Amino acid sequence: MRLFNIFEQISNMNSKFHALFHPAATRAANTSRLARLAQVPRVWLALAVLLVFNIAFTDNFLTVQTFNVNLTQVATIVIVALGMTLVVATGGIDLSVGSLMAIAGTLAPLLFLHISGPGGLVAAFVLPLLAATLCGCFNGWLVTRWRIQPIVATLVLYIAGRGIAQVMTNGQLQSFSNPGFQWIGTGRVLGMPVQVILMLVLVALVAWVLRATLFGRYVLAVGGNERAAALAGVPARRVKLTVYALSGACAGLAGLIAIAINSSSDANLVGSGVELEAIAAVAVGGTLLTGGHASISGTLVGALFIQLMRYTLLAHGVTEASALVVKSAIIILAVYLQRRG
Amino acid sequence: MQTVREGCEYLLQMQHICKQFGGIPALSDASLRVKPAEVHALIGQNGAGKSTMIKILTGAYLRDSGDITFNGATANFTTPQRARAAGISTIYQEINLVPFRSIAENIFLGREPRRFGLIDWKRAQAEATRLLAGFGIEVDVRKPVMECSTATQQMVAMARAVSVDAKLLILDESTSSLDDREAERLFGVIRQLKAEGRSIIFVSHRLDELYAVCDHVTVMRDGRTVADSPMTDITKMDLITTMLGRALEKVILPAVQSHAEDDAKAHAAAPQAPFLDIEGVSAPPKVRDATLSVRKGEKVGLAGLLGAGRTELMRALFGADPSRRRAMRIDGVEVDLRAPLDAIRAGIAYLPEDRKAEGIIPGMSVRENLSLVLYPALSRRGVIDRNKQDEVVQRFIRRLGIKIANPDQPIRELSGGNQQKVLLARWLCTNPKLLLLDEPTRGIDVGAKAEILSLINELAREGMAVLMTASELEELVAAADRVVVMSDGSTTHELTGGQISEAAIMTAMAHDPA
Repeated sequence: MRLFNIFEQISNMNSKFHALFHPAATRAANTSRLARLAQVPRVWLALAVLLVFNIAFTDNFLTVQTFNVNLTQVATIVIVALGMTLVVATGGIDLSVGSLMAIAGTLAPLLFLHISGPGGLVAAFVLPLLAATLCGCFNGWLVTRWRIQPIVATLVLYIAGRGIAQVMTNGQLQSFSNPGFQWIGTGRVLGMPVQVILMLVLVALVAWVLRATLFGRYVLAVGGNERAAALAGVPARRVKLTVYALSGACAGLAGLIAIAINSSSDANLVGSGVELEAIAAVAVGGTLLTGGHASISGTLVGALFIQLMRYTLLAHGVTEASALVVKSAIIILAVYLQRRG
Repeated sequence: MQTVREGCEYLLQMQHICKQFGGIPALSDASLRVKPAEVHALIGQNGAGKSTMIKILTGAYLRDSGDITFNGATANFTTPQRARAAGISTIYQEINLVPFRSIAENIFLGREPRRFGLIDWKRAQAEATRLLAGFGIEVDVRKPVMECSTATQQMVAMARAVSVDAKLLILDESTSSLDDREAERLFGVIRQLKAEGRSIIFVSHRLDELYAVCDHVTVMRDGRTVADSPMTDITKMDLITTMLGRALEKVILPAVQSHAEDDAKAHAAAPQAPFLDIEGVSAPPKVRDATLSVRKGEKVGLAGLLGAGRTELMRALFGADPSRRRAMRIDGVEVDLRAPLDAIRAGIAYLPEDRKAEGIIPGMSVRENLSLVLYPALSRRGVIDRNKQDEVVQRFIRRLGIKIANPDQPIRELSGGNQQKVLLARWLCTNPKLLLLDEPTRGIDVGAKAEILSLINELAREGMAVLMTASELEELVAAADRVVVMSDGSTTHELTGGQISEAAIMTAMAHDPA
């Protein structure tokens, strides 16, 4: 019953809020600027409703620990979703991110476990990121040079990437304790988890890049109308190659954080299913999968919403399995509400 | 104007139609009455409400108020499917066919003839062949429609309408992508459909052709019906005046013409070296051995039938398609343009023919669409200078008289004419030396057309070299100092000064020199 109430609250408040602030937004052209702006507040509102619900009904919700647990868990998804937002903004999609997390996540321990000293540590940060970025370039190359549809092109590394990760470790689980490396997943700066700081910095950076830089505007132009952009002198292929490379880099970073938290790296599990979580965050956040539009704040809030949803369900004793069903139902609801915008 | 004609049964009556979008009226008390077996022209400037009217009729939009009767019964089509079932078929500018499927499949889509529960392809193909033969088209109906010309695709769409026994066909801007011969054939089919007792609503920006084929005309302006008259009772000038709501008097065409004469004299007095000079350009398969030159301040018209290779030549000159050439010189310097960016750096601007597919970025604002080409110059180390951008955008919005609420309005909300002006501004702000304009006036209303033609004229007087195409020869004759005619991928004729006339261009287009 409690769950049902959440749905009702979300949808009721959403429509009331909507009617209150956007009386004209029901017009036929549902993608006018006004309506597009109206999408962001809606996810924010859904998140706010969840927060209020938890403050009222979940024990120990308003604690620093709960706050940190949620943000720590969401950080990797957000980081992957940032790269995904850029790819989606060009009208593409990147299914390989979970596998690229696995590649980075298995490569790093191989390096710091076998090369001692600071050299090993530096290599364990740099080389996995580089590898993931190169994999992203490979995706971009397939998409731009061979004009393979992104969903098919990135499917290649979605499948092969995890295979590569398993081959690198012979399928063995790598356990470790390396405080220097694990600082990225367990360290704190002024009480804030390091990966949360990384996440926030990247969110701000990508949002700024999209809004204020030539590259950002080119990303949206290519996604909005690639032929027109190319005729206007926009280097469309290079832009697309770059977004896939950036998506790979984000996935690599997320892979490093994921294994640092767990003190172990299992090629089978690192980043498993993350691609869909990231796409869900992007979609719930209001970025159109058809390209030409991107909302970084939407992606952040979308990921937070999904995370808090999962936390709420678990905190109230809903099993992980049923939580999956409920989660997808809520994602559908969220996407539906936005399309109505 | 609202006289009731005794004994006249209307097939379609739309009366007192009102429709608002977000509080802004698109239609206020508009009406449209079409008799059986009548070809009815529906005209008006962009934004006058023609499309809204048609979308309401076909159930794509719901009206706020007003009455519609069709075929003797009150009609409330809530979906396009219902309008179609009632006998209204619409053939849009962008033709709604399934590109990968065959002609026959497209004609019978959803109503395939069946035999023993399976689709009877033999019968479908025979029937499709018969229908198209009736229109004077001989074509293999097993061919995918994507391989057919636009003209044939239109015929397929018409055949489909006939096969569902549509009583009313709506042709929305059907001739805008056809050359004169193809348009003439379309008119033949229209007359034939009329003889069969079907009615046709014909929406077009080309006024001349209305007289060739239409019986009656309804003119709309600002969401209202401002005239409803037999075609024979109204002159072209009256039509224009009614559409614009002001006299066009000395509009642009005469103005353009007189300037063209001045310019021609100026050039004759001081012959200049050509700014653009190309020899033997080939861009397979459409362009073979094209040669032409354009001087600074000169407007050269590129004429040719559909498929003669005009667009392809422009794309090749812009570096958008791979091409070979014996020589290409800009300002006397040999150049090799391999990508649009090379062309842009050489001072060339290209306004593509298909505004929607290759011009605008629909989701972006006017500001962004306008600054797209200039962005690199507007940024420092990759970061865009918003103040500089605003300054340029404001300047060009003013200069071209672009009518918008604010620069952040999405470009797709603008009328065709204003969109075209934004695209022109996108190039003009880069201060180009050569303008390649492919159909700069296509699909825009008379008023905007005149403004754009006069702007082109002004630019040429400031010294810009212009190479342009226009399907409407009248415009080419009025605007161009020189006309180069293309046929089958090659440049075949060149007309200058007094030689330029519609008749001369037409003759040149139709005949190969050999």
